[in-house]
Amino acid sequence: MSGTKRTPPPKGSKGPARKTPVGSRLASGVRRVVPKRHVADDTKLRPSAPIVPPQSVAGRALTLVVAIMSFLACLTVGAVSIVWEAADAWQNDLVREVTIQIRPIEGVDMLKEIDKAVALTQEFPGIGSVHALSDDETNALLQPWLGEGLDLDSLPVPRLIQIQVDDPAALDLIQLRAALSESVIGASIDDHSVWTSRLSAMAGAVVLGGFGILALVMASMVLSVVFATQSAMAGNKDVISVLHLVGAEDAFIAREFQRHFLVLGLLGGISGGICAIFGFVVLDVLTRESIGNAGSDQLSALFGSVSVSLPGYLGVIGVVFVVAVLTALTSGLAVRATLAKAD
Amino acid sequence: MIRFENVGLRYGMGPEILRDLSFEIGPQSFQFLTGPSGAGKTSLIRLLFMSLKPTRGLIKVFNKDLSQITKQDIQPLRRKIGVVFQDFRLLDHLTTYENVALPFRVLGKEEHEYRADVVELLKWVGLGDRMHAMPPVLSGGEKQRAAIARALITRPEVLLADEPTGNVDPPLARRLLRLFIELNKLGTSVVIATHDIALLEQVNARRMVLADGRLSVFD
Repeated sequence: MSGTKRTPPPKGSKGPARKTPVGSRLASGVRRVVPKRHVADDTKLRPSAPIVPPQSVAGRALTLVVAIMSFLACLTVGAVSIVWEAADAWQNDLVREVTIQIRPIEGVDMLKEIDKAVALTQEFPGIGSVHALSDDETNALLQPWLGEGLDLDSLPVPRLIQIQVDDPAALDLIQLRAALSESVIGASIDDHSVWTSRLSAMAGAVVLGGFGILALVMASMVLSVVFATQSAMAGNKDVISVLHLVGAEDAFIAREFQRHFLVLGLLGGISGGICAIFGFVVLDVLTRESIGNAGSDQLSALFGSVSVSLPGYLGVIGVVFVVAVLTALTSGLAVRATLAKAD
Repeated sequence: MIRFENVGLRYGMGPEILRDLSFEIGPQSFQFLTGPSGAGKTSLIRLLFMSLKPTRGLIKVFNKDLSQITKQDIQPLRRKIGVVFQDFRLLDHLTTYENVALPFRVLGKEEHEYRADVVELLKWVGLGDRMHAMPPVLSGGEKQRAAIARALITRPEVLLADEPTGNVDPPLARRLLRLFIELNKLGTSVVIATHDIALLEQVNARRMVLADGRLSVFD
């Protein structure tokens, strides 16, 4: 030990008084320690900057990826909505139409059986109108296959009765079928159930396929966000280390990253959603303008009006919301997982 | 407050760099941790701050056995300990004010709750006119004081400082030392790791000397 003059040991000082601010308590003792300098106007502090710098989290590339994924997801939702509504419309039309077929049987007066079938059917609840096809109408139906000038009496041609159903729920088809087979000779009923079941199977498959595509798009987006989060964390190692230094818990650090990714997800999601809505509107306008063209008429016959309706647009809003939330949640979980692994 | 019993530390499969360390950091105590460069002062500071796990022995921090607590329990303990590292560890994209206010933000406090405290402490450490400045434009001494202010702002119960005067000239080193003494008088236990003999000779305080991985304590 040299003979240098020493400050008295600090151990002898009295106990702490922790409730007052550090500066106030120390000010008197330390003013002599620190030289007095010009003090800036502290009222002009800028709003606190984010702890994790936004520019270090993810650039425009990830926003663009999220926007593209969101656009594709919205397109899928729109396409599913168009197909679903078209299938629903077809199904409704088919369910409201039932056909009775009267086969010619030797020794049986077919016209009498037709009248009997019409009278019997009209008594059933839920029936709108019953119309037996006239000779001319039957001829017109067969003309493409058998040519003009057909004599129906010379051929064993079955005759048809068209039934329009007012209330499909009220009509008991099983009972009608039973009554017809009991009272009318050679009668059979066709309720298009094969078609409707095929249509609903097809619509179901399309919707399922749509959800599958949606899931794949979202999964790709989640993976992109995971990679971007890991890269953002690698670029912010110093920030994370300092946050640990000042006692920040993993949840706090995850929230700091999550906040940026939520903004990024919203930005990308909204951009993709707007592009998709713009696409739907353009499709709608083009379809309306091209009415009369062969292609357009084919499309209209198949899908009705090729335009996305309200549920489709609501679906787009839902996709934007899901994209933003999913982006934020994914990044938060990725941060927590990476921090947990780091320890 | 912090107790070590027969603590040893090795990195990987290398030799043990700290051996059989047994000591206690008492409430409102003041001690220097010294020894030649490479003696393991920074490693010991990191053990004290719980950023390293010992390879053997018992460490109790605020009466909690570190081998028995989970990772989630460490951060609340760390908030009771202020630490100043040699390399300052300031965030370059935040102003001096924001760097010092960081512990409050981590605690979830609103700015109006801590603003006056931070401004006053910055003035107190002589950075009143540098609170808008970013760390890259601060001098070594200013960075050092900002790092110290950040460590002090939440009134920690223990302050660990690793070579706090390593980047400043002797007059500023003396001023910083007096800051630590004032802080200690207010109740904080202080551990200063340094190999600056001139600094040691200015205060008649407890000395913990590390040499060849072993610790000798001179009260």
